[in-house]
Amino acid sequence: MNTAIKDHAELAEAFNANEPRVNWHDETLWWVRQKRDKMAWSIPEWETLRETASLIKHNVLGNLHAYLEEFERNAQQNGAIVHWAADAEEHNRIVLELLQQQGVKRMVKSKSMLTEECHLNHYLADHGIEVIDTDLGERIVQLAKEPPSHIVLPCIHKKKEEIGDLFHIHLGTPAGNADPQFLTAAARLHLRSEFIQSRVAITGVNFAVAETGEMVVCTNEGNADMGAHLADVHIACMGIEKLIPQRKHLGVFLRLLARSATGQPITTYSSHFRTPKPGQQLHIVLVDNGRSRQLGREDFRNSLKCIRCGACMNTCPVYRRSGGHSYHNAIAGPIGAILAPNLDMKEYADLPFASTLCGSCSNVCPVKIDIHQQLYKWRQVLVQDGQTNAAKTAGMKMMTTVLSRPGLYRFAGKMARWVMRVAPGVVSNRFNPWYKQRELPPPPAESFETWYKKNR
Amino acid sequence: MKVGLFIPCYIDQFYPQVGIATLQLLEKLGCEVGYPSGQTCCGQPMANSGYEHLTDGCNRLFTDNFKSYDYIVAPSGSCVLHIKDHLHVADNETAATHIRQNIYELSEFLTDVLQVKSLRARFPHKVGVHQSCHGQRGLHVSQMTELVGPAFSKPLQLLNMVDGLELIELSRKDECCGFGGTFCVFEEAVSVKMGKDRVADHVHHGAEYITGNDVSCLMHLEGILRRQQSPVKVLHLAEILNNE
Repeated sequence: MNTAIKDHAELAEAFNANEPRVNWHDETLWWVRQKRDKMAWSIPEWETLRETASLIKHNVLGNLHAYLEEFERNAQQNGAIVHWAADAEEHNRIVLELLQQQGVKRMVKSKSMLTEECHLNHYLADHGIEVIDTDLGERIVQLAKEPPSHIVLPCIHKKKEEIGDLFHIHLGTPAGNADPQFLTAAARLHLRSEFIQSRVAITGVNFAVAETGEMVVCTNEGNADMGAHLADVHIACMGIEKLIPQRKHLGVFLRLLARSATGQPITTYSSHFRTPKPGQQLHIVLVDNGRSRQLGREDFRNSLKCIRCGACMNTCPVYRRSGGHSYHNAIAGPIGAILAPNLDMKEYADLPFASTLCGSCSNVCPVKIDIHQQLYKWRQVLVQDGQTNAAKTAGMKMMTTVLSRPGLYRFAGKMARWVMRVAPGVVSNRFNPWYKQRELPPPPAESFETWYKKNR
Repeated sequence: MKVGLFIPCYIDQFYPQVGIATLQLLEKLGCEVGYPSGQTCCGQPMANSGYEHLTDGCNRLFTDNFKSYDYIVAPSGSCVLHIKDHLHVADNETAATHIRQNIYELSEFLTDVLQVKSLRARFPHKVGVHQSCHGQRGLHVSQMTELVGPAFSKPLQLLNMVDGLELIELSRKDECCGFGGTFCVFEEAVSVKMGKDRVADHVHHGAEYITGNDVSCLMHLEGILRRQQSPVKVLHLAEILNNE
């Protein structure tokens, strides 16, 4: 993948150069969307469940300060050590210091989109520490030296043959073997040796319960458990929005999460971490990194309800046809497009425009984030902030002038149709992106308005 | 009942036949229809591009043109949704509110306000319906495949009243066609790919015609069909419902 280009349209065009591959990517994710639909329909109260989850998160966001303090208090009572990180840099520094205290040069990490957001792997590598991602998909993209292209299915953009080639190079599997079962077994052997040797394990957190100070980590591979149970030190990294008030609320979210994500009734493992076992250290790093700022943006506050299921990506017709890397952000797809501008408006100014505003994302969202409406609102904010090119602004101003004056509009329309009839090449040419792969509508001799005047 | 006919700018300029069919259909069903001649655009192209702050002129014009009608009807779900969600005029908010609350996309006006039970229409062809997103997910003219709820569709309810018409099934009932306003040029590659995939679904299931309640989507699909030199044609819902 090209990491120099930071423009969704350009990256998406490159992705579309190989149409059969786009079809394969689209169909693979559509299959996941269909599995999700089937699971949703198996629960008659599905829509009530979504509404309930949304309201619980609404309560959390409105009382975040109190829940955070409650969680900290209870976690400390359980024997955990709680750290607070204002931003990615502080988070990375805290983790590095813990690793340096242990004197480790290599450690395992289960899936955590937060550590992707903070670019922890690169940071630790720069300080001589190698991170082994233990989620199979993440390990695959790590071996390929690529970021995940999807928050739940990190290597969904890779075909099994490509994974076979990667394993041949890095894990010594036989050349040309692309049998998924064989490759998984090879990965398992490789990862087991890492788990056994690793004295520190990092995990992400899916839910943190304020009432009990416990954390819940959901995986299908059990890799979070393998890492955390075998290590002397468990570091759990979480965004401050991961809180839920009480343990009883978990049922709502666990029923929604895997069904929305992959169309499973529940993840294989929903592991509760509460108290460190004797002799073990449990560290919890609570990370803000822009979340308080987003909390203060009324229009975008709800984006913090996200439970990282990825359903909005699977359903997004644009994501399926442009690939996760076209979003050049740790979190791709519709949810990434409303989270990223909060981190850096300039760098991610293109993302809210990478959508047709079809609204499918908001409909599948298990916590009912109004994603497509937030995309619309980000567009307004970005334009007001000057994050748009001058030509587009000039074009829009001209359009406004014409469309605000009926006489001018009628004249311009007539002229345009006349030009299209007598000199179609003026608009039907290679400089017109519409015309590149589509015909323009044949220009009629008269407008509706003219017809109306003659006939009524 | 005074109905103000709103014919969005690109329909006025490029698809007058859709405006004519809409007008004739409403008249046939007994409505007193007026067409205010000073109308232009709902302002959506600017607003969806992030320039909602430039739409004051369009909003003012729209409100002046349509404030005196009981109902405002347009053959475009997208433009209607934009007005419903975003029409505001600082010194004329009462009129703007009246419009926001009484503007209808054609199919929902026919099923919900006029409560049409039968139509004198005939169209002996295989037809695929393109569910335009703004009408469907914005105005709820039909159920959405993402939601767990009872099935309904106002456009299908009407098409089922047409003699000889055979509806085809699609593999993906309500996937976006990729038009998306200025998305169609700024994200040309993905836009076209989405359109090609929609077209293929209809063609694969034997559609002779693709219909829908948004001309913008149909214009995009038609552009792809014509480039492919496909015999499949597009028609707006009004053109089929008005066909005798």
